[in-house]
Amino acid sequence: MTQFPLRPDLLAIAELVSPGEKVLDLGCGDGTLLRYLIDTRQIVGRGVELDEANVLACVRKGLSVRQGNLDEGLRDYPDQSFDTVILSQTLPYLDNPAFIICEMLRVGQRALISFANWGHWRCRLELLLHGRMPQAPALPQAWDAAPRARPLTVRDFIEFCAREHITITRSIYLGEADRRLRAARLGENIRAAVAIFEVR
Amino acid sequence: MPLDSGETLGPITLAYETYGTLNAERSNAILICHALSGDAHAAGLSPDGKVGWWDDCIGPGKAFDTNKYFVVCSNVIGGCQGSTGPSSINPRTGKPYALGFPVITIADMVRAQRHLIDHLGIEKLLAVAGGSMGGMQVLQWTVSCPERVRAALPLATTARHSPMLIAFSEVGRQAIFADPNWRGGNYYDDGARPNTGLALARMIGHITYLSEESMHQKFGRRLQGRENYGYDFCTEFAVESYLHYKGNRFTERFDANSYLYITKAMDYFDLANGHGSLAQAFARSAEIMYLVVSFTSDWLYPSYHSKELVSALTAVGADVTYCNLQSTWGHDAFLLEVETMTRLIADFLERVVAHHHILLP
Repeated sequence: MTQFPLRPDLLAIAELVSPGEKVLDLGCGDGTLLRYLIDTRQIVGRGVELDEANVLACVRKGLSVRQGNLDEGLRDYPDQSFDTVILSQTLPYLDNPAFIICEMLRVGQRALISFANWGHWRCRLELLLHGRMPQAPALPQAWDAAPRARPLTVRDFIEFCAREHITITRSIYLGEADRRLRAARLGENIRAAVAIFEVR
Repeated sequence: MPLDSGETLGPITLAYETYGTLNAERSNAILICHALSGDAHAAGLSPDGKVGWWDDCIGPGKAFDTNKYFVVCSNVIGGCQGSTGPSSINPRTGKPYALGFPVITIADMVRAQRHLIDHLGIEKLLAVAGGSMGGMQVLQWTVSCPERVRAALPLATTARHSPMLIAFSEVGRQAIFADPNWRGGNYYDDGARPNTGLALARMIGHITYLSEESMHQKFGRRLQGRENYGYDFCTEFAVESYLHYKGNRFTERFDANSYLYITKAMDYFDLANGHGSLAQAFARSAEIMYLVVSFTSDWLYPSYHSKELVSALTAVGADVTYCNLQSTWGHDAFLLEVETMTRLIADFLERVVAHHHILLP
């Protein structure tokens, strides 16, 4: 039932999930990732999604999904009721990201968070040379498009985690053309188009 | 049968219809619960040519696909369409119960349905489904006998009747009480019935089933049978004419005393009552798969009623799917948004079947 090929950033997240886990996917879209995780890793999956068409698509895929915004979606879950809580490519759209991330770590043992990186060298050059508000290579969206996205960089996120005493236990960086960057090398914030963090 | 009120009722007749075939394991049965004015005739054509009230969703290839599922719909007790209610003969007096009929609750309706499901030899229902008051019965089923339900579909409903809903119920009842033909409920012997009061109650009901937007679409400010304002009090706006028509038609098929009893049963409905909280009420329901649906323009059972339900179910770890569907139809949307409902219900049931490895005929 899974649509192939799975987007590389979703695949990178999927590889971090162990068989049989209980997984909550926030902003699960049309349910592609959850369906993939159920089919390949036999997880127990739940989704939260705002958009009606996406919710219907999830139900068609045989998923258990709640329509609602993430604040509503998370409040009801008991502490530590999931192994993994996923926030895939949704972070820039949140009104209160700090609150949501703390909530993710309340209901789940760990969180997997992926986002487009505005620290990429193309973004830096765009602003420096052309004076235009850069669009992240992985999220090409004009400043006036809806829904509004709040740009962030890999460094912003790392510093946020340090400030909030959130531990980053894993990081994966995808460069342009979705090539995986070797973590040992420096300059991820310049080269990464998408970053995926496991935090606890 | 013992009732919530402490009284007992019996013998009880329950009118029901079935569609489709029960599989060998008796595991493909779906119970449909009807709303305030519904009856057991949910699908197909009756002998006198009437189409079932949820025919859009029950039948071959429809949401509740009768090629796959054995669908049962029963009339509620307290009703007047074949089941024991205030218009039935009280065996002790040989006369209609009238107000001698005990006050019943949603839980009592479910208690009676349980006997029907026993009678049909069904140990575990694949699903219980219904909208509005039907949804209340669905929820009550999952609290009263969770071990007999695999999936529940409460649609456009609530876990507790709100003060606003009680207020509308009471105005409807007062309309009936105020009809001189009502005579304390003893109107069965001769011809004069409290039709004016019942029709008025129904008119109020119909206003609450629509939305302002659907009234704009359906009627606007159009006049009916007139070109210009008459400057009198005759029925002239299309919406007035619609309400009169609906009210009068209702008196042909519904008993005023039944209206009193059933609205009262809805008013008493509060799932959390006696459990401490809604989540505690669902404490034994965590194994049931839920599909909760609300509609954006339903102001009678607004979506936050459903969200409250979903919150409590989430807190107990139940598998709950929730959809707040965009619709302009108001409360009636659960009967009218056929295309989306068909897709949603059919997909959901398919997952329930797969999850429990049900063998379909």
